[in-house]
Amino acid sequence: MIEFDRVTKRYPGGHEALTDVSLKIAQGEMVFLTGHSGAGKSTLLKLTAAIERPTGGQIIVNGQNISRLKRAAMPYLRRNIGLIFQEHKLLYDRSVFDNVLLPLHIQGLTGQDAAKRVRAALDKVGLLKREKARPITLSGGEQQRLCIARAIVSRPAIVLADEPMANLDDAYATEIMDMFRAFNQVGVTLVITTHNLDLIRRYGGRTIKLERGRIVTA
Amino acid sequence: MRAWLTHHLHSLRTAIDRLTSTPFASLFTILVIGVALSLPTGLYLALVNLQKVAGSVNTDTELTLFLKLHTDLEQARSLAKTLQKRPDVRAVRLIDREEGLQRLQASGLADIAAGLPGNPLPHTLLVTPRDAGSPRLETLAAELAKLPPVDRVNLDAEWARRLSALMGLGRDIVLMLAVLLGLALAAITGNTIRLQIYAKRDEIEVARLIGATDRFIRRSFLYFGAIQGFFGGMAAWLLISLAALVMQDSVSQLAASYGTRFLIAGLGWQEGGILLATSTLLGLLGAYLAVGHTLRSLNIP
Repeated sequence: MIEFDRVTKRYPGGHEALTDVSLKIAQGEMVFLTGHSGAGKSTLLKLTAAIERPTGGQIIVNGQNISRLKRAAMPYLRRNIGLIFQEHKLLYDRSVFDNVLLPLHIQGLTGQDAAKRVRAALDKVGLLKREKARPITLSGGEQQRLCIARAIVSRPAIVLADEPMANLDDAYATEIMDMFRAFNQVGVTLVITTHNLDLIRRYGGRTIKLERGRIVTA
Repeated sequence: MRAWLTHHLHSLRTAIDRLTSTPFASLFTILVIGVALSLPTGLYLALVNLQKVAGSVNTDTELTLFLKLHTDLEQARSLAKTLQKRPDVRAVRLIDREEGLQRLQASGLADIAAGLPGNPLPHTLLVTPRDAGSPRLETLAAELAKLPPVDRVNLDAEWARRLSALMGLGRDIVLMLAVLLGLALAAITGNTIRLQIYAKRDEIEVARLIGATDRFIRRSFLYFGAIQGFFGGMAAWLLISLAALVMQDSVSQLAASYGTRFLIAGLGWQEGGILLATSTLLGLLGAYLAVGHTLRSLNIP
C-alpha cells in the first residue's frame, strides 16, 4: 500500500529530514511511527500524501509513483488518503457539519447522501449533537475528533494521523485509539505518529522508530 | 452531469457567501466599478440624446432666402407662391421686413434696433426643401440664388456637418473611455480577488490537502469576479438612471425655452443587457487573470 525505496528528503538550506529510508506498509496494517521530535515522522507522512516531494528515492502509494506524480493527479491520490493533522487545520468560519461536508463536496457529492455520510462520521466520533457548532467553540479533544471525522467521511483506504493523541488526556487518547482500531478492523491502512509509547504497548501493532531521519527499528 | 452542476452551484454559493461576508468592502468595490462604468455609459447616452436633438433639427433643414432690399412685399409674395409650386419644395414661409424687425427686437436686441435710422432688414423667405439630402440641397440653393429678387441664400448645412463631425469625435471618445475603464474594471476585480485569495489561504490549503483540484479552488473565485462585475454593472445602470432623472428638470426647462419638449432617453433593456453582460465578462476576465497568478505564487502543494 505504501512503499518507500531509499527515500531522502533534504530541505532548502541543507537540513536532511529523511536519509535513505526504505519501508513497506501492507494494506490493512496499523503502523506506529515513533521517535523524537525532528526525527522525520511528519516529513514521512507529508511525503506519503505528496505534500512534500522527495529529494531522492521512490515512493509508491496505492500503486502510484508519488515522486513522478503530476500536480493535476494529486487531488485524486489525496481523496484516497484521510489526513489528520496535529494542528487540526479546521475551517473556523463554517460549522462542524460543513467542515466534514467539505471533502464530499470536493468529490461532487451533495444532498441527502452527503448529509447522511456526514452524520454517520460525526456519530462515530461522538460529535453528532454539535453539528451546528463552530469549531472554535469545541474543546481540544473535540476538535481532534472533528478532524478525524473529516478524514474518514470519504471512506479513504489510508489514514495518516500526525500526533493525534498530542495534548489529549489519557481518557480521550484511549477513545481515539479505540476509534482507530475500529477503522483498522474494517480494512483501513493506518499510519499514526506518536510519542506515547504506553499506548503502543497497550494496543500493539507494528512500530517503526525513526532517529535523525533514519529508521532504527522497523 | 449532476456532479458538474453540484460543483458549480457550490462554487456559486461560496462566492456569494464571500461577497456577503464583507458587505461594506463588497459594496465599495461594486460602487467603484459602477462609477467607472457609468462614465462611458453616461457619455454614450449623452451622445444618443444629442443625436435625438440633432436628428429633429436635421429633418427640417431650411434654406433662408434674403431678398434684395428694394424688393417690395408684393414681389416677395408672388415669389413665395412660385416657389411653393416647385416639386422639390415642401413649404415656403414669408417673413416680411416688419416681422423680421419685431423678431430682432423680441430676441433681446431691441436697443440696437431702436438705434437704427430705418429698417435695415430685407424680406426673407424660409424654404423647406422636400429632400434634405446634402447634394440636392446644394443644387436647390444654387438654383434659388440665381433668381433675380434673391440677394443671398443661406444654407444651414454647415453647422449640421460640424455637429456630425463632433458626434463622430464623441463616439471615438466613448469608445476609448469604454476600453480604458473596462481595463480598470478588470484590474479592480483582479485586485480584490488577489486579496480574497490571500485572506482565504488557509481554506485553499485545507481544500487542496483533502483532494480539491485546482479547478475546484479556482471556480469560486471566478464566480466571485463575475458576480462582482454584474453588480458593478447594475450600479452603473442605477447611477445613470438617477443622473438622467436629476437632469430631466433642467433639460425640460431648456427645451421649453425653445418651445419644445424633450425627454432624456435612458438606457434601454437591450443596452442595459449589453452593459451587464460586458461588466460580468470583464469581472470574470479580471478574476481569471488574478486567480492563476496568485494561486501559483502561494505555492500550495
